[in-house]
Amino acid sequence: MTTLHPDKVTADRLTGKPTSGGPQGPHGDGTLFEDPAVRTPLVLNNRSLHDVTEIVCGYAENSPGKWWLPTFMFTATVAGVGTLMILYLLVTGVGVWGLNNQVGWAWDITNFVFWIGIGHAGTLISAILCLFKQKWRTAVNRSAEAMTIFAVMCAGIFPGIHVGRIWFIWFVFPIPNSNAIWPNFRSPLLWDVFAVSTYATVSALFWFMGMIPDFATLRDRADKRLRAGSGTSKLCVQCPVTGIKFFHLPVSADGIRAFVYGLLSLGWRGSGRHWHRYEAAYLILAGISTPLVLSVHSIVSFDFATSVIPGWHTTIFPPYFVAGAIFGGFAMVLFLLIPARELFPNFKDLLTLRHLENMAKIILVTGMMVGFAYAMEFFIAWYGGNKFEVEVFIQRATGPYWWAYWTMISCNVLSPQVFWKRSMRTNPKVIWTVALLVTIGMWFERFVIIVSSLNRAFLPAEWHMFFPTAVDILTFVGSCGIFMTLFLLFLRFLPVFPLAEIKAVMPQGDPHGHGDGGDHGHGDESHLAANQGGGH
Amino acid sequence: MSMITDMLSDYVPFMTRKAKFATETGEPIWGVMAQFDDVVNAYHAAEKMRDAGFKHWDLHTPFPIHGLEEAMGIKRTILPFVVLGGTFTGAGGAAALQWWVTAYAYTDIAVQGKPYGAWEPFTMIIFELGVLLSAFAALFGMLMLNGLPRWHHPLFRKDRFLDSSDDKFFVVVEARDPSFNPEQTSRFLREIGATAVDLVEDA
Repeated sequence: MTTLHPDKVTADRLTGKPTSGGPQGPHGDGTLFEDPAVRTPLVLNNRSLHDVTEIVCGYAENSPGKWWLPTFMFTATVAGVGTLMILYLLVTGVGVWGLNNQVGWAWDITNFVFWIGIGHAGTLISAILCLFKQKWRTAVNRSAEAMTIFAVMCAGIFPGIHVGRIWFIWFVFPIPNSNAIWPNFRSPLLWDVFAVSTYATVSALFWFMGMIPDFATLRDRADKRLRAGSGTSKLCVQCPVTGIKFFHLPVSADGIRAFVYGLLSLGWRGSGRHWHRYEAAYLILAGISTPLVLSVHSIVSFDFATSVIPGWHTTIFPPYFVAGAIFGGFAMVLFLLIPARELFPNFKDLLTLRHLENMAKIILVTGMMVGFAYAMEFFIAWYGGNKFEVEVFIQRATGPYWWAYWTMISCNVLSPQVFWKRSMRTNPKVIWTVALLVTIGMWFERFVIIVSSLNRAFLPAEWHMFFPTAVDILTFVGSCGIFMTLFLLFLRFLPVFPLAEIKAVMPQGDPHGHGDGGDHGHGDESHLAANQGGGH
Repeated sequence: MSMITDMLSDYVPFMTRKAKFATETGEPIWGVMAQFDDVVNAYHAAEKMRDAGFKHWDLHTPFPIHGLEEAMGIKRTILPFVVLGGTFTGAGGAAALQWWVTAYAYTDIAVQGKPYGAWEPFTMIIFELGVLLSAFAALFGMLMLNGLPRWHHPLFRKDRFLDSSDDKFFVVVEARDPSFNPEQTSRFLREIGATAVDLVEDA
């Protein structure tokens, strides 16, 4: 194929003829184009603005299906077990974990870094993709932000409880006290406190601000039903066996919705002047969150990198940790949203194969980055000529924790390689499996960094193994339960997609004219004409 | 000055607003509200409203419309300067706190013989607190400039207005606009393509 003698498909494309089928034509759900001139629809099935409102608000207003309650009860039970384990730890002491004098950080800090890493994808999607004008982010940003906040909440548990004497945890805050003791601002552990709490706060603000207009939509819909008299039946619980109603409440579901969503919407009324400031605020938050998200995991990595432990004391840690965080975070987004795509009606119209493919590509890229970092650590250990460093890395791959190391390599470096093939990165089942493997691999990465470095210190007399206890394991499983419970509540009660943002990127939201929905090229042309005419 | 009176009228409406017009039933009129059914008509209506020289008017939309500030003739918001204030407060506060604690109040922690007042280790927390207060300034500054939270508004009483967060667009002219007249303004709104025009009672 040359430019002079193009094959038929290319010739058709160059002359502007529509192609269907073949290597260039649409396949899958119709969002997978090779042709950069074709604008991919972000919302499928020619939905109107009202349809999008109906679909997204429907998730928060209707019963989510039979799977939800049993799943919720299961995850809530697991969360409860985790909470009991934390309580047991607090009343007994950190001796209930498998830590010892040599391996003083193990599952606790592994879990902390694991969760905080997962918590990076949300702000990355919201902030960095927003600055790069990646419109496809609208399909995933709300749920990714929610996931971020829940992951940071899980992360916050572990440094809090691992200190042993929890009643002294307030020492990390610079509070005047009668002992005249102040925290050490030259310690990366204190930087970590500020980085993680700033990150949690800013992510929550970002998430909440994005939801204000959507809360207003939910409020108005509930209010409309109340005024029409259709949403006024009072709440009660119906026994599934006998059908008898009991536990009557003096309010209706729509009454509660109008009140709670109304309170959360802060009286938002979609004014053009308000939107102007809102968009400015959103852009500023995106701008400041971008360096923030990069700083947080860098600072987490300083906890290790500023120490003198072989295997930790390395300058590659900040970028290596950030790449790993994005990698693990995207894996968790896919792990959660691919089942949600199957379980909720019309979810696939808003979260298309194109979105999944884009995220699979990010997994592939960041997976290669962490693979490069793993190789570079070995290279530097050899090139730096430090005996202890070399020995730690040899022990890491061949020592008593070799299985953890090779689990990490196969999950993080090898498994994403399937995404080189397009049929793999557009197959939700394959993506979900890889996402699961990557999530496991990223947990092992932190375990390898922490435990395999600590268990081989400078002198052989210091060498000591770490074995987790049942409390270790159940606390981690419990944190997964807390995370899943919060995410299920999010899916049930909050706007899962950013309504206003999706509407703004739909052809019907383009103020300079739009086609009939199927013909997206037309929107481009009229937009161009408006620009040339000085329209805006 | 007008920004201050706008904010006053948002937070304490009874202090600033005087009804010039009343409905047939004697209720004071807050303004008129005109519905537009799609974004193109709403956008062009905004341009015509701007060119007609209205002062106290607005376009309520379910989503931010690209280029609307131009069509409405909105001046750039001062929000970035509010945020900059937050950034300097946070970063400056963090620098002062850390320096005061480390170099002055509590010089009992000697770390590797490094000088107590060394600024390098303070940079992380200066950055983090700068970001934190910028984020607070961005969200709360935006809400304050918008006169929010304000849970009650005369527009919310109109059933039709509830569609403004779904798929309808509403041009609203307030009675305090100098060129406002219930009949003339309603006629003008119909001329520029409104599909429905309602009087909004003050309440």
